[in-house]
Order: sequence, then C-alpha cells, then structure tokens
Amino acid sequence: MKRLMNLEPSRPVRLFLTLLPFILLLLLYWSASDARLAENPNDRLLPSFTQIADAIDRYAFTESKRTGEYLFWQDTSASLSRILTGIAISALAGLLVGLLTGILPTVRAGFSPLVTVISLIPPMAILPILFITFGLGELSKMMLVIIGTAPVIMRDIQAHVEQLPSEQLIKAQTLGASTWLVTLRIILPQIMPRLIASVRLSLGAAWLFLIAAEAIAAQDGLGYRIFLVRRYMSMDIILPYVFWITTLAFAMDFSLRKISELCFPWFHQEAGK
Amino acid sequence: MSFLQIKNVWKSYGDAQILERLSVDVEAGEFVSMVGASGCGKTTLLKMILGSEQQTRGEILLEGKPLVAEPDAERGIVFQRYSVFPHLTVLKNVMLADEVANAPILGRCFGAKKRQIKDKAMQFIEAVGLNHALDKYPHQLSGGMQQRLAIAQALMKSPKILLLDEPFGALDPGITQDMHKLVREIWQKNKLTIFMVTHDIQEGFELGSRLWVFDKVRHDPQAPNAYGAQITYDLKLDRQTKDAGLQQISANMTQKEVTKP
Repeated sequence: MKRLMNLEPSRPVRLFLTLLPFILLLLLYWSASDARLAENPNDRLLPSFTQIADAIDRYAFTESKRTGEYLFWQDTSASLSRILTGIAISALAGLLVGLLTGILPTVRAGFSPLVTVISLIPPMAILPILFITFGLGELSKMMLVIIGTAPVIMRDIQAHVEQLPSEQLIKAQTLGASTWLVTLRIILPQIMPRLIASVRLSLGAAWLFLIAAEAIAAQDGLGYRIFLVRRYMSMDIILPYVFWITTLAFAMDFSLRKISELCFPWFHQEAGK
Repeated sequence: MSFLQIKNVWKSYGDAQILERLSVDVEAGEFVSMVGASGCGKTTLLKMILGSEQQTRGEILLEGKPLVAEPDAERGIVFQRYSVFPHLTVLKNVMLADEVANAPILGRCFGAKKRQIKDKAMQFIEAVGLNHALDKYPHQLSGGMQQRLAIAQALMKSPKILLLDEPFGALDPGITQDMHKLVREIWQKNKLTIFMVTHDIQEGFELGSRLWVFDKVRHDPQAPNAYGAQITYDLKLDRQTKDAGLQQISANMTQKEVTKP
C-alpha cells in the first residue's frame, strides 16, 4: 500500500470526486427545503426547485409588464458592461503604470510610493466621494471597480517587472536595444501572462465592488436586483442570481486562463502550469 | 596604443574595498581568463568592462576612448544563467539582435529584410550546433544548449569584446569539454577579444591566452574589507607555460589555504 500522499486518483474517480460535493450540496438543499415547505407552504427562506424555475421564467423569459424588457438579461448586460469596462481600464492602467514604475527608476521614485498609498485606501470608504464627484450614473460604479482593482494590478506588474533577471535586460542592451525596444520585445511579452494572472485574481474584488456600488445606487444590474428583492425575501430570485453571477465569474476566469495558455505557451510550460 | 587600457582602477562598495590599483593593458585578440577566490572582484572587473558597473576611481579606455558607461553593442556578454529570452524560440532569440537594430520603433522586421536576418542568424546557430532546435523555447533546451544559444546571440552583433561570466559553471563536466572546443573555435574564427571569469583554474589555463589571478596583497586582520584585490599573477600562456603555470599556481593556492588562520 502506497502512502496516502502518493495515491493519485484515476480519471473517473477524480471526476466523481469533483462532482460529489456539488451533488451533496444540492441534495442537502433539496431535503431542507422540502422539510420546511412541508411544515409551511408559504415559507420563503428555502424555495423549492419548481419555485426557483418559475422565478427564472418570470425574470428571464417573460417581458416585464412595466418596461417590456427581460429584466434578467437587462441586469446581466448592465452589470457585465460595467465590470468588463472597469476591469479593462484597470488592466490597461495597471500595465502602463506597472511597466513605467518597474522599468524606469526615475518614474519609480516619483510614483511607486503614491501607488502603494492609494492601493491601501479602502475603496468602499471613498464610495460616497465617487458618488458626489461622478454622480449616480455608470461612471461612478466603474470608477469604484477601477479604484478597487487598478492599484493592486499596478503593484503586481511593477513587482514582476523588477523580478525579471537583470541578466536578461543587460543582455538585451548588449544586443543594441534601446529602452523602448527592451520594453517592447523583452519585458512586455514576458509580463502579459502575468497581467492576465493578475486580472484573474482581481476579478473577485471587481465583482465585490460592482455589486456593492449597484446595491447602493442603480436602476438595474445583478447586484441591484438582489438587493431590491431582498425586501420581499425573494430567495427564489436571489439564489439563481447568485448562481448566475458565480457562473459569469467562472466563465471570465476560465476564458482568461485559456487565452493565456493559447498566447503564451512558453510561460505555462516553463512554470509547469 | 593598446586595445583596452585599464588605468589605476579602484572599486569600492561603501566601506568595502573590492579592487585597488589595477593597471593593465590588453591587446586585441587576447583571451583573458580571470581566476581567484570568490568575492575577490573578478566579476566586478568584468561588469566594469561590460558597463553595468562603474569604477570608483581611474579609467578604462577602449581603443583610446573611455568606455561607454552602460552596456552597448560593442561588448557582448554570456552570463552563467538567464542570458536567453524565455519567450522567444531559438531562431527568434538569435534574430532579435538584428531586428532591434533595423527597426527602432517596431523592433520587428518583415519581408526581404527578415529573410536576410534569418539567413545570418542561421549561420551562427549552425556554428554553435543548434540547427536541429530552431523552433524550441529555451526551457526545452538543456543547460549546455542554452549557453550555446547565448553565445550565438552575442555573436550576431560581432562585438569587439566578448565577456563570459562563469559561462560553464552550471554545466555537466562532459558537456563542458564540448563547450571549450566551441569557444576556442569561435574565438579564433571571429578574432574576438574575450574576457572569461571562471572559478575553475584548470579551465582558465586551458582556454586562455593570458591568465589573471586576483588576490589581496595587503591584509588587515582587524578590517578584512579595508584593502582590495589586485592582479597578483599576469601570465601569458602558450603550450609550455600552461602546464608549468598550472602546477605552480595550484600549489601556491593550496599552500595558502593551509596557512590561512
């Protein structure tokens, strides 16, 4: 008998073990919801799967009586456009500032401490300032996502640029490359997979800030809807919305990883990832 | 006038004196091996010739003019590790040198220019025996192949000086022999001036046409950092002196180890 730490499960066993906790959770929910509804059919805390399906049908596949829109898809597109714009701007700003502070000692001396200080401001604490300066529209919500994620990405990119072996940068200079070309041909391609990894890690924070902003001031959005129906204890809406947000977050993370593996095979092979 | 003149060069980091009173001339086409205990400043001198470090006092002249105070295309370098670019294939690693020289904005060439650079790169890749691995990434190569690649890269610029910083220190002994042969061939064929730092005295004797041994002449037991190292032996090497000198210096060094407090 091998040691436990050396036992590798076979493929089917691994698949089974992956699915098992999800199935157990579903079963647990189903039995608990069943027990509560048997006692009180009007219980709202743990709705049955049929009730949830009804709610999804009402929100996603029936036109809203008031506006004539499909609320679920309207919320999804509103939230997605906010978070995608926000995180894209964050990534771009993070890359630019991180590269500049990482490569140029002069810029680092001027900007790096500022970025560190900004990254330590709790973004939620300045949310009122954002609402006051940028109004209650789309801009303030995106700004919260950007302020919450950009400084972290900037610091991460700077750290990774500084970690590149100095031998490589000197070698590139002996091949006649200018600062610009060292950046373009040596540093940027090696930093891109790091940027994607950094963005993947920031996605959790980005969703947190998006939903917080939507909960406080919005007319649509996934976070807005959840906090709206909370007043009626509509768990049949909240649960599928949470599930949907998780699915979207997972899809974004998964596609970023695939893009990185496709575009930077050397990075993933080298790191054994 | 000598090719490279080192005139009364001193180097210190803070209180620690690393090198002192270095004055030596090197002619074009020499192969200088630099040996000595670790921390004796041989790598520091290499870095000063490379331009990534500056001397505290004195001057280094290349063909009569002060060295440019940053690394440039006149001086090629092969480090012990990390001198190839992990995100580029073998071919692109070698092509990079001429691509950046010809395209100051994009750093990439296209069409006929690209084919021309590729042909040139192929010559050097063949010279170091990597033509079977053109499309491989560095992490797919062994340590010896990576060093061959680093040498091919450096040769693309036809540098006046080639600097080798313990280039074979991380390689298996069997491979080291092949690499010695390769380096000797390249040195003779391209008429390079080579400076090589090595911790392996035998290697220094075998490859070099001249050998510098770095050591401290003055010692202060109370302040071990007060004095820097100098070149204590400067030997011109030919077939006969190689064997005799090796024996003498090895004996001297072992003796020193024994008599050290």
